[in-house]
Amino acid sequence: MLVYIVKRLLGAIPTLVLVTIAVFLFVHVLPGDPARLAAGPDADETTVTLVRHQLGLDLPLPEQFVRYVGRMLHGDLGLSLRTRRPVSREIAERFMPTFILTLTSMAWSVAFGLVVGIVSAVWRNRPPDTIGMTLAVSGISFPAFALGMVLMQVFSVQLGWLPAIGADSWKHYILPSITLGAGVAAVMARFTRASFIEVMKEDYVRTARAKGVSERLVVIRHTFRNALIPVVTMMGLQFGFLLGGSIVVESVFAWPGMGSLLVDSVNARDYPVIQGLILLFSFEFIVINIVVDVLYGLINPTIHYQ
Amino acid sequence: MSQTDAPTLTASAVPAGRVRTPSREFWRKFRKQKIAMMAGAFVLLLVLVAICAPWIVPFDPANYFDYDALNAGPSWTHWMGVDALGRDEFSRIVMGARLSLTAGFVSVALGAIGGTVMGLAAGYYEGWCDRIAMRLCDVLLAFPGILLAIGVVAVLGSSMANVIIAVAVFSVPAFARLVRASTLSLKHMTYIEAMRSIGASDWIILFRHILPGTISPIVVYGTMRIGTSIITAASLSFLGMGAQPPTPEWGAMLNDARSDMMIAPHVALFPALAIFLTVLAFNLLGDGLRDALDPKLDR
Repeated sequence: MLVYIVKRLLGAIPTLVLVTIAVFLFVHVLPGDPARLAAGPDADETTVTLVRHQLGLDLPLPEQFVRYVGRMLHGDLGLSLRTRRPVSREIAERFMPTFILTLTSMAWSVAFGLVVGIVSAVWRNRPPDTIGMTLAVSGISFPAFALGMVLMQVFSVQLGWLPAIGADSWKHYILPSITLGAGVAAVMARFTRASFIEVMKEDYVRTARAKGVSERLVVIRHTFRNALIPVVTMMGLQFGFLLGGSIVVESVFAWPGMGSLLVDSVNARDYPVIQGLILLFSFEFIVINIVVDVLYGLINPTIHYQ
Repeated sequence: MSQTDAPTLTASAVPAGRVRTPSREFWRKFRKQKIAMMAGAFVLLLVLVAICAPWIVPFDPANYFDYDALNAGPSWTHWMGVDALGRDEFSRIVMGARLSLTAGFVSVALGAIGGTVMGLAAGYYEGWCDRIAMRLCDVLLAFPGILLAIGVVAVLGSSMANVIIAVAVFSVPAFARLVRASTLSLKHMTYIEAMRSIGASDWIILFRHILPGTISPIVVYGTMRIGTSIITAASLSFLGMGAQPPTPEWGAMLNDARSDMMIAPHVALFPALAIFLTVLAFNLLGDGLRDALDPKLDR
């Protein structure tokens, strides 16, 4: 098991390196001179030259890359062009709200998606299935930003039950997590249903039924664990979707997280912050994929680690 | 099979309609799914509306302003009401269909073409070509799609064309994997071996004999992908990174409607409904195509 985890971690290194190179080159493919961008629009030629030297932009590219990685490993991602504060501090302040929002969305949407998926599979082609799958296909078709606006209009503006913007108390988390999780819940429900139907056709389920095991036990003991294996993989993929979705949802609810920081930075052309955020988002996604692979091994005893 | 050894049965004795060609078989199964048929009809209607949009719209979607009816609700002159600047909502929705459908179709078509060529080459030749292609796919899939799109927009600037490029780029890996998997299983079939033994070039084998076998998963995935791409494009416009005002793009329209949500919720309602119904139609159509094309599935 340990060998497998180590192997998986080592396997992620090429991807990490490629992502880092892509993010590093990002600033260099931008139209315009990065030194001029950093110095500001009013700077004269001497200041630009000074800034270029200060940031090491006059060095050859490979050397710049080594310096970039070196600084990155020390947690130094440069200064924000907008606020002149370290990018690492800008991001650190925004990390927790996004992280908690992603987790709460994931938790409810997985639980809800599993229940709807299982119910739909057990009562296949009957009313519960029809209702569940109608909900699910609507869920994947309704854009998150529109759902967020509708929820805000109904629950904050008209009913006044929940706060619309900000992230101060647990109440603030309700609407954004519903918005962010809806799409994932829908995908999970569809996927769980398909996986359950597949497993319920297996011979061992027929055997269990033939020897008189109650339907409830068939579902819980014989189907659940086996049907869950592909569902866990799907969950990992959906995490990436949540990270991406958080960018849009945070913008709707003025959520003080990394997503709204990214949108603001793109609009303000604050490249060091964009660079840092894209790097962090990608790393997070890669780490989640590794965790999912390990989980996959834990629940699937047929996988052997050599 | 029994027809072949019955001497009295000639080809003309079998009515043309009874022969089970793949396309007839598909149509027979697809026709039974009423919801998918309706979704398909709706998609056709949307395409028609998008093509004829300039002749359908009652008012100029960008340059007509009715200053006496700002934020007015639906009426006989303005079927979907008027927005905060006095523009006719219905005209803007109709013109918006053009943009959203173009974004969906073009980005998925580009992604499908790129991914198919990549998948065919990777699956057929295997070896280092395959390894590089799949590694590239892993890296592309390691980025959440919208993040990649924002990265592209940050480099190239905010515009609908750049959004389409970005969405196309992150559609490539999924198509490449799909086509690679089909190619890997198809290339060991006897008919491919036969083609190779009579000296057909790789080019002919790949595009004339393997490609048709990979078409049905491409069509099913592509249909659903159009829905996702429309949402992504609208999301980026909503964030101000795609179509710029006053372009009547559905996502951008929703963003415009945000400030007047309290007094004129209908201005937000119609673009939201338009996106929802369009994407829903593509998803339902995709589901129906999958059920009709997948021989393993029985429902």
